[in-house]
Amino acid sequence: MSVPLEHDYIGLSEASSMERSSDKISSSSSSSTLSTEEEKNNVLNLKETELRLGLPGSESPERKAGFGVSLYGTDSIGPLKNFGSGAKRGFSDAINGSSDKWVFSANGGSEVDLGKGTVLFSPRGGNGGLEKNNTQQCNLPGVPPSKHVEKQTSPANEHASAPAAKAQVVGWPPIRSFRKNTMATNVSKNSDTVEGNSGSGCLYVKVSMDGAPYLRKVDLKNYYNYAELSSALEKMFSCFTLGQCTSGLPGREGLTESRLMDLLHGSEYVQTYEDKDGDWMLVGDVPW
Amino acid sequence: YLSNTSTLSTKMAKSFPEEVLEHVFSFITSDSDRNAVSLVCKSWYEIERWCRKRVFVGNCYAVSPRILTRRFPEVRSVEIKGKPHFADFNLVPEGWGGCVYPWISAMAGAYPWLEEIRLKRMVVSDEALELISTSFCNFKVLVLSSCEGFSTDGLASIAANCRELRVLDLRESEVDDLSGHWLSHFPDTWTSLVSLNIACLGSEVSFSALERLVARSPNLRTLRLNRAVSLEKLHNLLCRAPQLVEFGTGAYSSELRPDVFSNLAGAFSGCKQLKGLSGFWDVVPAYLPAIYLTCSGLTSLNLSYATIQSPDLVKLVSQCHNLQRLWVLDYIEDIGLDALAASCKHLQELRVFPSDPYVVDPNVSLTERGLVAVSEGCPKLQSVLYFCRQMSNAALVAIARNRPNLVCFRLCIIEPRAPDYLTLEPLDAGFGAIVEHCKELRRLSLSGLLTDRVFEYIGTRGRKLEMLSIAFAGESDLGLHHVLSGCESLRKLEIRDCPFGDKALLANAAKLETMRSLWMSSCSVSFGACKLLGQKLPRLNVEVIDERGSPDSRPESCPVEKLYIYRTVAGPRVDMPPFVWTIDEDAALRV
Repeated sequence: MSVPLEHDYIGLSEASSMERSSDKISSSSSSSTLSTEEEKNNVLNLKETELRLGLPGSESPERKAGFGVSLYGTDSIGPLKNFGSGAKRGFSDAINGSSDKWVFSANGGSEVDLGKGTVLFSPRGGNGGLEKNNTQQCNLPGVPPSKHVEKQTSPANEHASAPAAKAQVVGWPPIRSFRKNTMATNVSKNSDTVEGNSGSGCLYVKVSMDGAPYLRKVDLKNYYNYAELSSALEKMFSCFTLGQCTSGLPGREGLTESRLMDLLHGSEYVQTYEDKDGDWMLVGDVPW
Repeated sequence: YLSNTSTLSTKMAKSFPEEVLEHVFSFITSDSDRNAVSLVCKSWYEIERWCRKRVFVGNCYAVSPRILTRRFPEVRSVEIKGKPHFADFNLVPEGWGGCVYPWISAMAGAYPWLEEIRLKRMVVSDEALELISTSFCNFKVLVLSSCEGFSTDGLASIAANCRELRVLDLRESEVDDLSGHWLSHFPDTWTSLVSLNIACLGSEVSFSALERLVARSPNLRTLRLNRAVSLEKLHNLLCRAPQLVEFGTGAYSSELRPDVFSNLAGAFSGCKQLKGLSGFWDVVPAYLPAIYLTCSGLTSLNLSYATIQSPDLVKLVSQCHNLQRLWVLDYIEDIGLDALAASCKHLQELRVFPSDPYVVDPNVSLTERGLVAVSEGCPKLQSVLYFCRQMSNAALVAIARNRPNLVCFRLCIIEPRAPDYLTLEPLDAGFGAIVEHCKELRRLSLSGLLTDRVFEYIGTRGRKLEMLSIAFAGESDLGLHHVLSGCESLRKLEIRDCPFGDKALLANAAKLETMRSLWMSSCSVSFGACKLLGQKLPRLNVEVIDERGSPDSRPESCPVEKLYIYRTVAGPRVDMPPFVWTIDEDAALRV
């Protein structure tokens, strides 16, 4: 492929006004020039608004001083859109030097310290040059951040109970709708359908009673009609209806086998586990 | 000297009749070779265009139907792509475009002998399908990949009218599923089916019609069912099609019954040519052994909808010694990938999808270690798509050193801007190693915390890179500048949520004419810069997608929401929806 020609579009008249305002910015903050070790300055033809990339860990004042600010103030380009959508902050937050972390942290995720030179932007508040441009900023606050955040309403999310599902960014992670929809119906199906255990010839079904602290599992193969099932379920959940759920109640009639386990251990607590649907299940219902 | 060569070429022209050249050209099938041939001289251009049978249009707006039909009058096979790739992730608003009807309409008149239509990310209406079914008497192949806009009524037209149809492949299209009766429209006399993929359909097709169809199709090689086909019915189909090479199950679950199991196992073992399996929705692990006998012959296994855990996956995969392609959910975990690396020495392509991508904490034990293990153990690995929640530079460097033959590397660390979890540094060095060692790399997708430096590596070392996807990365225009001023082979660049603005774009504007397309969304490119580009580069369409209303109503410095720039010989679009604006030569805003 041929090397692309280096047209100097910045030299055009429309562009030179951008340069003029960039001069203003440069003069008000310490020189906001940036360049790499390898790039020749004239490649970009940007004269005083050259880009320079400092090494990580370098604390060059020029870099910090309105690094992000001068770039975007310089060109009189308006404030950044929701940079890193989902982080619900507008440009004004960045400029006013609120958190210098540009980590996507709507969920309080990785609190990485980016201050060591790997910071994307370390805006300094009160940059005079920027203030001059305030009038040129377009009204981004008019764009509600929530517009760009997709609320995941599929069951896949509802089952992620313990770790909270964060507010989602549109199209991230990059998964096709077909797959997303399929996975969503997967989760809801699994909680409804019978789960067969391999090779054991039993049919375990989850049973839940409103208000009970945990769910139970019954093997339908153990029962021959609805009456049997009904009385078994009654026995299973009777402890809850009596109010107390402790196991230290020997001599109570209608104890199910599972309750025996707690008695055997002689503890006041029952063991439960959280299954993949996010439900708390009593340990012991499903054979080891 | 010059006069000598001109007499020589005249002699050659006379001694090489067109028919001979045409015959020679008929052995040249690759598009790029054909394009090269057409540039040799005018007569070769003419001969070539009259005998080109297959055309690929990578961007439906880069050329017009009329230009196509005017230049190539004898086309038999057409492939057209519509929406930009990021449309897969809902970044392209509904109604953006990519309608196929004008193409079908033009080709209906120009190509009565058209045999094959392959479309990707296009809007296909029932009218378009009906027009296809009635316009091309020899129509054989219809592939609709990630398309939308049609219903089962359109499929019914295809079924009813296309007497020569061999391939109907609806891969991952969005179909308005009105009823399953469309399948019954295939006439009983129709026996030429070779490939049927209806995996994306939601509702049940008439099973008896399907059964009869399979029974009367001796050439059937590929059959991909949809979820609605129950497991007990599979053996009916497999027994009638023992010659199948690729098979996709429906929901792979049923009550455990020994007779169902043995029927199924018997039917699978009867398919001696089986090389590829897919489907596996709702898997009941107890039924997996039914396919064990096919494992040693399998080269392709798509378990990416199978919600089965690592032990079952390992049992399955460790029997597939000839496996070349595996798509799987992250339930496989690192331990499963270790087993894969140990058992599948012919593996070429691995895709690991996330089972629960919207949860912050990992729900499975799948980390960078699994991918490193596969890169170590599978010497032929060349294509990777990997979703995970943590990555390190060390792992990426190891992968790069292990697998310099990588051609496609797409890594998605689920949390945007996640750093190296061991050192908390950006992942620049890791991805830098990938582009440095993998000299044949053609496709790369980045994720994690990345500064401008990674783009410097990519720009200078990614010499064969054709497609680059960037999200939540970079620090300044320098990053974009590195890419646009380097990457000699770059064709498609797609960027979202990066701090790239006008400078790099304007400084490298000419580069855009060497590429198919550039997509930028949630970046910082101003409307003013777009106008400039549109004005100065007439062979580009510079399109602004902005749902906030006309860009003229805001200052020129205001960044646009989304930007799609592509080269074209067809001029500006004429079918733009209200939220797409293009700049014409007068820098006037055109809707």
